[in-house]
Parts: sequence; structure tokens; C-alpha cells
Amino acid sequence: MNAPAIAISAHGLTRKFGSLVAVNNVDLEIPAGKIYGFLGPNGSGKSTTIRMLCGLLLPSAGTATVMGMDTRQESEALKQQIGYMTQRFSLYEDLTVKENLRFISEVYAVSRAQRKARVEELLTQYNLREKERQRAGTLSGGQKQRLALAAATLHRPKILLLDEPTSAVDPQNRRDFWETLFELAEQGTTILVSTHYMDEAARCHSLAILDRGVKVADGSPRSLGENIDMRVIEVEASDPNRARLSLAQETKITSITQLGVRLRVLLPKTLPDALQMVQHNLQSAAINAEVREVFPDLEDIFVAVTQRRRAEVTP
Amino acid sequence: MNALIRIFAVLHKEFLQLSRDRLTFGMIVGIPLIQLMMFGYAINTDVRNLTAAYADETDSHLSRQFIADLTASQVISMQQRVNNADELMALLDAGQISIGVYVPNDFDRRVQQQDRSVAQLLVDGSDTIILGVAQQLTSVPVHFDSQVPPARQGAKIEVRNFYNPERRSAVNIVPGLVGVILTMTMVLFTAVAIVREKERGNMELLINTPVRTIELMLGKIIPYILIGLIQLVIILSLGWYFFEVPIRGSGLHVLFAALMFIATNLSLGLLISTTAGTQFQAMQLTFFFFLPSILLSGFMFPFDGMPQLAQNIAEILPLTHFNRLIRGIVLRGADISTLWLELAALGAFMVVALTLAVARFRKRLD
Repeated sequence: MNAPAIAISAHGLTRKFGSLVAVNNVDLEIPAGKIYGFLGPNGSGKSTTIRMLCGLLLPSAGTATVMGMDTRQESEALKQQIGYMTQRFSLYEDLTVKENLRFISEVYAVSRAQRKARVEELLTQYNLREKERQRAGTLSGGQKQRLALAAATLHRPKILLLDEPTSAVDPQNRRDFWETLFELAEQGTTILVSTHYMDEAARCHSLAILDRGVKVADGSPRSLGENIDMRVIEVEASDPNRARLSLAQETKITSITQLGVRLRVLLPKTLPDALQMVQHNLQSAAINAEVREVFPDLEDIFVAVTQRRRAEVTP
Repeated sequence: MNALIRIFAVLHKEFLQLSRDRLTFGMIVGIPLIQLMMFGYAINTDVRNLTAAYADETDSHLSRQFIADLTASQVISMQQRVNNADELMALLDAGQISIGVYVPNDFDRRVQQQDRSVAQLLVDGSDTIILGVAQQLTSVPVHFDSQVPPARQGAKIEVRNFYNPERRSAVNIVPGLVGVILTMTMVLFTAVAIVREKERGNMELLINTPVRTIELMLGKIIPYILIGLIQLVIILSLGWYFFEVPIRGSGLHVLFAALMFIATNLSLGLLISTTAGTQFQAMQLTFFFFLPSILLSGFMFPFDGMPQLAQNIAEILPLTHFNRLIRGIVLRGADISTLWLELAALGAFMVVALTLAVARFRKRLD
């Protein structure tokens, strides 16, 4: 197999709304046929970036190319290549499931012969067969999401842009949804999905972490963990609350997160004897604890890269 | 070919949504029905039964005859008798009467002398229509039976009333209502139809599909053209049935004029939709346009009576031109070709509004 071609690339992508810089100088290289995640809190610029990539918003500066087409110049031709699932349910709530799909098939001018077959195929594939006569407005969150994905993939786009697709969906539906995404990726669709769930981000082939409009890190979940300049020390204490208070005295610690009885402590990699320092701190406070260094998970990475940036921004 | 499929797709969807939106559907039929009945019966420029009182200080045979004559005109309805002019004035100030008739104590002598006014009408002139009616009352003749009636003063001008011999207001109101109702519903419906998609988030999906601006707009407009024609038929047929408003001109000409006017209003609705962000804003903008249309177009007040500036403003309102068209065709039986200037004005308005709307509509969110 050839090296994966680049499906989406962006250079210096910037978008301002008045004085607010929603997206600031973002570079992207997204390989074809992969699931690429945008991880970030609300207001980090995920939606704005996605909207620029599908030509809904013009960049204030920078360029973006999708499937080799410039989003500024060739946005109309791009629309046949892109499937876009909006954050908010945007199909017609007063039309039935089937009418919505039929409308989308006509708008994309799928040929008459294929139209009907494609709608039927999607109804089965997305488990909407029993709901086909129900108005979209009365569907549950998970059903709405399946319908939206069915509509976004109806014209068999090469690129799928999904803006927080799982925000109104229960865990079981999320699992099913991701299975569908992997199937689509296997068939060669490039998928860009934004999320603020760490577990979803961890499923992506690779991801970018966005914070207040800036891309603070990118890579595969594994390489992101290897490359951060923080180490993670896990503390399992009988009294995690006291342990946390004691460690909070330590100025060199970047952050402490409590997960049940465990604490995840982030320290700069430049600190040579981090493990000993934590052990020493706890011993002197007479706290019984098990201390070990662990591989950073996505949440640690997220905290690490956003903390670092905060330090840079506010010296 | 693909363009046609897409226009049809939008069209089909619009019909499905319309058929499910019972309120809008009700308004399509309800608005013309209710307004026609309301305005047809209520608006009456032929004023009758104004409240009045009188003070008769003479109380002679002749003065009582005079008051009876005034009452018999049916223009005023005598509510009460008071003692003097001051009491009439008090009633007028209190707003209890519109017209006070004052007969002075030397009424009989004044009638005989013939060169002096015999009585006074105290009129609430704040409403100029009432003042005009009071003028009619001054022509009621007053003289003793034994007296030689005064010779007619100079030559008299005869009035011949064309097109509306019975002086019924409805004859003028009903064709005008076609324009008013079409303006209100057509502009509002299209403006709201597009803004609603913005508000509900459908637009974000729609502008990401290959559908072109002009296809979207045509698909949105065509259903409302049909609705406009339904309203036209409702108003004209009910106007004919209830108010005996004749249709003297060709039905085809009425249809053509109405089509032009509907298309013009729909273009304007589209233009509004490109500016308004919410349905409420769309509604406000529609009314900003609707009110001058009603008041200045000649629907309520004769166009020629307005000051030059108002006439100039009225000329840029489509309703002004449509009123001339529809009244010309329906009431005077005019051929549409003699009114081509009005058609051209509508056409120009439509082209400008549609061009601006298409130019302003962006398949983007910013």
C-alpha cells in the first residue's frame, strides 16, 4: 500500500470574530482514510475550524486544502466531496426520517435510479427502518444522530466532518456510532471529528488538541504521551484528600487530579528526581501511599499541554 | 437537469412542511377571509349618524321644522336638546357630540332677511371627515312656506358618478384589499420561511449541500405564488358574493397583474430574509414596509390628496402600482396594456429586490 495521501491540509488558518481570535494560526495535515480528532473544551475553536474546512466560514488568514481543492476558491465543488454533520441537529424536524433522507438525496442530485435504493440502504444500515415514517423532531438523541450521519454520508463523501456528533447521545449509542465511523474509515473515508470526551479522542488514529484557538499538540494518542514534557506520577493513598493537600504545598508540581482514591500528579520532565520528591513529601506528612510513575493518558496530556500554554501566555 | 431536481426537492419539501404547519395554512385562508369581512363592512367613508345635540332658542314652528329636516338627513343623530350655546360647547368639549346645532333666538327674522346666516353648526373639526360632512348639512334649505324660494345662485355643476353609482365604499376597498393582503402575507411568509431555517439550524446543513442560491430561492418562492393566487381568488369571489364588487375587466389581466405583484412581494420577502436573523426581526421589517404601504398606496386615502413628498414615497411602494392596476382592471374594466407603466414599475421593483437578495445571500455563515 502507498503511503497515505494527505486529505486535508491547512496552513496558518486563522479566523477572527471582531477582536476575538477564534482560531489562531492552525496548521493541519490529515492523512486520507483515517479518523482524526479535534480535542478541546468549548470555545477552543473546534467548530470554527471545521466550518472553515467545509467553506462555511472564510478564513481571516491562511489557507486550507481539502482533497486538493482550495476551500476559498472551490467551495462549491467541494460540497460534493464533503459530508458535514452539524453540532446541532439540522435536518427538518417536521419531516419524517424518510422524507429527510429523500430530500438530501435529491439535493445532492443522486441519480433517480440510485436515489431510492440509497435511501433504503441507509434506512437499514443505520437501523432507522422502523422509524422511517416518524417525524425527525420526535426521535431520541441517538436516533437523531444516526439520521444525521446517514444524511451526511448519503452522497458517499470522501471526507466526513463531524462537529461534536456525540454530545447528546448515551454511552451505548456512542459505542455503536464509533463502530460505524471505523467501518467508514476502512472504506476509505477520511473522518474529522471534534469532541470534548477524552475516551473518544483516544479512539482516533491521531488528533490535535486545541486550546483557545491554538493547536497546542498533535499526533497519535501514543506519541502525544511520549512527547509531552511532563511525567505522571500516580499516588494511591488511604487518605487521598490529605495527600492532595500535602502535595499542593509543593511548588514544582504542575497539577494534581483526583480520581477516586488515586491522585495523578504532573511534574515537569526536567525535574530529575520527581518520584523521590513526591515520596519524600508524603512521608514527611506521615501519609501512607503507593507512588509510581505511569504512562500519561489523554487527560494528562491535555492538562499538560494546556497548562504549559497558560504559563507561556501569562508569565 | 440537476438544477431542476434540486429546485423540485426544495419545492417538495416546502409543500410537505406547509401541509404540516396548520397555523400557516389557516392563515393563508383565514387572513383574507377575516380581513375582507372586517374591512368590507367596517370601512365606510360615507359617514352617517354622527352624534349631535341642538339648542333652539327660538322654538318656533320654523325652527322645529329646521331641526327635523336636519335629523331627517340621517347624517346626524340628535341625542338631546340643551338650552344654550354654552351647553352645546360643553358637550362638544366633553366629546359627547360631534356636531352641535345652535339656533339663535332671532332665527325667524334671520330667515326672512335672507342675507344673514340663520343658524350655526358647532363641529368637532379634529376629524376632517366630520367637517366635510358638516358642509353637506349647510345645503339644507330653510324658508317660510309663504316665502318665495331664493333663486338658485349662479350656474350649478352636475356630478356624474362613474364605476360606483351607489357610492359604496366596499367597491373601492375590496380590490384594494387584494393588494394589502397579498403584501402582508407574501412578504411575511417568504421572509419567515427562510429565516426559520436559519433559526432552526437547517440553513447550516442546506448551504453545505450543492444547492445553489437561486435554486433555493425559486424552490421557496413557487409554493407561495400558488398561495397568493388562492388568496386572490378568495378575496375577489367573496367580494363579488358579499359586496357585489363587479369584475369588469378580463380575468386573465387580473391574473397577470396579480402574478407580477405576488412575485414582487416574494422578492422583497427574500430580501428581508437576507437581513433578518430571527423570525421576530423578519416580522418587524415586514411591518416597517407594510404600514406605509397601507397608508400611502391610495388604499385608504386618495393618492392625489397627499403632499408631493408622500406621493414620491408612495411611488416606490409596489402596492401603489398594484392598486392602480387592480382597480383599473376590476372596477373600470381597463385593458392591462393601458396600464403598462404600472406593470413596468412592479417588474423593476422585482428585479432590483431579487438581484439584491441573491447578491446578499451567502452560502456561508459569516
